[in-house]
Amino acid sequence: MIRVQNLVKIYGKFTAVNDISFTVEAGEIFAFLGPNGAGKTTTIKILTTLLKPTSGSVEIDGLDPTHHQNAVRERFGIVFQDPSLDDELTAYENMDIHGVLYRVPRRTRAERIEMLLSLFELWDRRNDRAKLFSGGMRRRLEIARGMLHTPRILFLDEPTLGLDPQTRNQLWTHVRKLNTEERVTVFLTTHYMEEADRVAGRIAVIDHGRIVAQGSPAVLKQQTSAETLEQAFLALTGSSIREEEADAKDRMRNMARLWRG
Amino acid sequence: MDVVYVLWLRQLKRYSRSRARIIGSLGQPLLFLLGLGFGMGPVFQKAGMGNYIQFLAPGVIAMTVLFSSVFSGIELIWDRQFGFLKETLVAPVSRLTIMVGRVLGGATVAVLQGLILLAICLVAGFRFPTFVAVPVVIFIMALMAVLFTALGTAIASPMRDFQGFQLVMNFLVLPMFFLSGALFPLGDAPWALKAIARVNPLSYGVDALRGTLGGIAYFHLATDLGVLAAVTAGLLLLGGYLFSRIEL
Repeated sequence: MIRVQNLVKIYGKFTAVNDISFTVEAGEIFAFLGPNGAGKTTTIKILTTLLKPTSGSVEIDGLDPTHHQNAVRERFGIVFQDPSLDDELTAYENMDIHGVLYRVPRRTRAERIEMLLSLFELWDRRNDRAKLFSGGMRRRLEIARGMLHTPRILFLDEPTLGLDPQTRNQLWTHVRKLNTEERVTVFLTTHYMEEADRVAGRIAVIDHGRIVAQGSPAVLKQQTSAETLEQAFLALTGSSIREEEADAKDRMRNMARLWRG
Repeated sequence: MDVVYVLWLRQLKRYSRSRARIIGSLGQPLLFLLGLGFGMGPVFQKAGMGNYIQFLAPGVIAMTVLFSSVFSGIELIWDRQFGFLKETLVAPVSRLTIMVGRVLGGATVAVLQGLILLAICLVAGFRFPTFVAVPVVIFIMALMAVLFTALGTAIASPMRDFQGFQLVMNFLVLPMFFLSGALFPLGDAPWALKAIARVNPLSYGVDALRGTLGGIAYFHLATDLGVLAAVTAGLLLLGGYLFSRIEL
């Protein structure tokens, strides 16, 4: 379903993704793990047509995202790592725009919006603007939105960041259901190792833009003779903390915070 | 088509929900109308040029449309940073469709702002001969609004944050306004100023509005509309091209 070969992405002097290759089979739940700044989000952006690779080849369902952008976009849904809601619109309106963008027929749209907003316990707040929501509620809304159309591949970029255990549980149960009942291929990243251990069939660990290990959770634990996936992860990526530079987005957020008080 | 409609509707909803923006963006043109209009009015009159409010109103309306549409275009940066742009860019919809929806939405908002200002001008004593002119005025404002929203979009597409915003305001938008004949008659202006006004698309918008609203046009209405239409087409193409190249 996803094939990545010798993928490289260079920003100026910085190599974000350094010659990685992996495949994800149809119907698989695949976890892409790595410390901050390892290249996870860059890879997802390339897979989802938002970035062009410097070199290497990528295939989504046999199609190249750089050339068949729209055909590729029809095949996936995504929950982004950072916010992508329109704060001035209500929860329902955010969902509805998404449904129109993905050509979900009107009636199905209304049914699915109600089902998903109820599932993530936002139905009562459907007519409130997203800017009034807490961080966790926004996250839930983004997740609900990502599942509104039924894609063939679902990308989840740190979907559980800032969520309580109840919601996380709800999310993963629903993701598994989509995976088994509708054969949706899932590509996820997370910092919660026990989640990856529980949900993912296969894992790739990326660090400094390179894939350092690949295989099922059991294989990774065996390779590093660790008891938990977290220990295996630390054994593979070391325990030093990664620095990330503030980018334009962080600066803007700071500015917005100043203005909005 | 549905997509263009929801994106257009989104801009209108955002506009109607942000009262601060509606009032805030009327402040500047209002100051020009009141301060300049009433302050310079007697001097203008003494120079034998007639009623200054009558001359200035179309210029100030054009200013409102200009600022509002360039800002709508530049709002793209906001959407880029706060994420909603991503949501539209990964959707299976052509970038051109998305841009058309955005531009039409932004342009509609600008026309509404222009109409509000026209009403305020009427309160301030501005008079135009016939209400038949109103549909024509709306058409001219719409053309200008699409032109400048497309310009704003073209400028914002390669920009990552608001660092360049001041640059755009001070070296593009304000000069366009001051050197357009919005505030003074081009007929008696020095040749250099006239030459600049000729390559400034806003001059043709101001001129068309003034001509339609009972004032004396410097160019011809046909010339005005022709130039506006041609520049609009060009900027839509440019904006569409730059927008389609956005990477996040």
